[in-house]
Amino acid sequence: MSIEIKDIIKPENLVYQKSSLLTDRVMHYCPGCSHGVVNRLIAEVIEELGIQNETIGVTPVGCSVLLYNYIDVDWHEAAHGRAPAVGTGIKRLRPDRYVFTYQGDGDLAAIGTAETIHACNRGENIVMIFINNGIYGMTGGQMAPTTLQGMNTSTSPFGRDLARDGNPLKMTEIVAQLPGTCYVTRQAVHTAAAVRKTKKALFKAFENQKLNKGTSFVEVVSTCSSGWKLTPVQSNKWMEENMFPYYPLGDLKDK
Amino acid sequence: MKGNEAIAEAAIRCGVDGYFGYPITPQSEIMETLMLLRPWETTGMVVLQAESEIASINMVYGGAGCGKKVMTTSSSPGVSLMQEGLTYLAGAELPCVVVNVVRGGPGLGTIQPAQSDYFQSTKGGGHGDYNLIVLAPSSVQEMADFVELAFDLAFKYRNPAMILTDGMIGQMMEKVEMKPFKPRWTNEEIEQLSPWSTTGKSAARERNIITSVELDPLAFETFNKKLQAKYRKMEQEEVRFETFECDDAEYLLVAYGSSARICQKSVQLLRAKGIKAGLLRPITLFPFPTKQIAELAGQVKGILSVELSAGQMVEDVRLAVNGKVKVEHYGRMGGMVHSPEEVVEALEKKIIGG
Repeated sequence: MSIEIKDIIKPENLVYQKSSLLTDRVMHYCPGCSHGVVNRLIAEVIEELGIQNETIGVTPVGCSVLLYNYIDVDWHEAAHGRAPAVGTGIKRLRPDRYVFTYQGDGDLAAIGTAETIHACNRGENIVMIFINNGIYGMTGGQMAPTTLQGMNTSTSPFGRDLARDGNPLKMTEIVAQLPGTCYVTRQAVHTAAAVRKTKKALFKAFENQKLNKGTSFVEVVSTCSSGWKLTPVQSNKWMEENMFPYYPLGDLKDK
Repeated sequence: MKGNEAIAEAAIRCGVDGYFGYPITPQSEIMETLMLLRPWETTGMVVLQAESEIASINMVYGGAGCGKKVMTTSSSPGVSLMQEGLTYLAGAELPCVVVNVVRGGPGLGTIQPAQSDYFQSTKGGGHGDYNLIVLAPSSVQEMADFVELAFDLAFKYRNPAMILTDGMIGQMMEKVEMKPFKPRWTNEEIEQLSPWSTTGKSAARERNIITSVELDPLAFETFNKKLQAKYRKMEQEEVRFETFECDDAEYLLVAYGSSARICQKSVQLLRAKGIKAGLLRPITLFPFPTKQIAELAGQVKGILSVELSAGQMVEDVRLAVNGKVKVEHYGRMGGMVHSPEEVVEALEKKIIGG
């Protein structure tokens, strides 16, 4: 007896489906970009925790500025770098709501450094998600605070020069030192196993908020195929070989 | 009590949900008073000292987006830092109240009173085409009363409102009659009153998005037209002003806030000298009492705009008068305050004799 396709497509055989929180909007991200995967994981975590009606997100300025088009929760679009302050305002006035911010490296680690450090230092009971791809994606591939030494960008066309540009900033290591953070981790989404780990980290971060533990900070070392001028596959390899040694994955703090 | 203290007391009483601020002279008493009064133990109002004025105004953006009554206060250099936040608040159509207890500029300037932030306050201040609702108190009583009025207008129009005052009114002590306590809105009331706010997406509605970004230029022009229509409506319906001795006036002084108090005395001095002078005090600086000044321009021989600045409001007075009569500016700068006699002399020299 042969099995036909109609015998396989049955509800009981379903092993995976799109989160009901993900809208039908076509994502604007480039092929190979990590944002789409992280967006999807956030939607899944919020759905699985059953907190859609209690969640307020804050989007940044950067490639993920339009994130509010993709996940079906209430949103604030913040000014560049100010998401942690906006998140503070929301959480202080609605402590009964889950609040998370989503920022890139330029937003969180350059223009918004003060807001990031002080929100973490106050131990704002929010989740901060930090997408670190070492480049300004939306504006066309300029040097970021996290751009690696020697890395070519449109504003460091001959490579990041430490004498001129300073060192790539390890924001996650900095916030891990602050008593206000309860959970600080660095993850990636370049393999199926890494995606599962990142999802677990996001679960823990949102659950910490429920327990009122303080700031949970989840960095996701990410790819930017367009900015790096590599194919998606090359990008993943380049990230493993170059980003991970400087930005090692794993938990920095879990209390 | 002091003008600054009146702001703090009135904020608690009118049911404000949150205050975010950063210390700066001459208005630090506002946050100090709030911290001493501990409203989080009584009304539940949140009071938080932020790391900067930039953070304060963005905390306001967060709270305001949730439909809460939130405010911040600062003085000129701090308010300059808030301009980014204010244009986002205006662009996202969020109600909030910002108090600017003005000090002399430019730069770090002085801690003495001035009115040199008129342009910044009434013409937008940040990038883009927008206006704040601007109220100018001239007494400690008005400092208290305008907190609630500013919130009422801010929510009516979904627009940031500013109380533009200065170090003189902020530091001055006068008797104040406080209004009784009003309860803060419950979260359920906010869902009814502000259905646009981010209260958590319920199954009954689409998700709410607080944003000022629109990449389609035609859609964004349409949005800008909607904003402009709102400002025109304010000009039709919300102009507030006060006149003093204007019925038979031959010469008109136009002044707001602390300068208007001084000019009231100048009018008395002028009348004692046999010069029929009157005073128009704009209470709303945006919307500006253009029509009322234009009407008086048909009656008087000349107008002196008196402001603690190099001459900012005088431009709006001239636009209102439209060349009908002579309009000049007089004012001290950099924290210096003119005396009633100096104003009398200026009117005599610049308008009557000029």
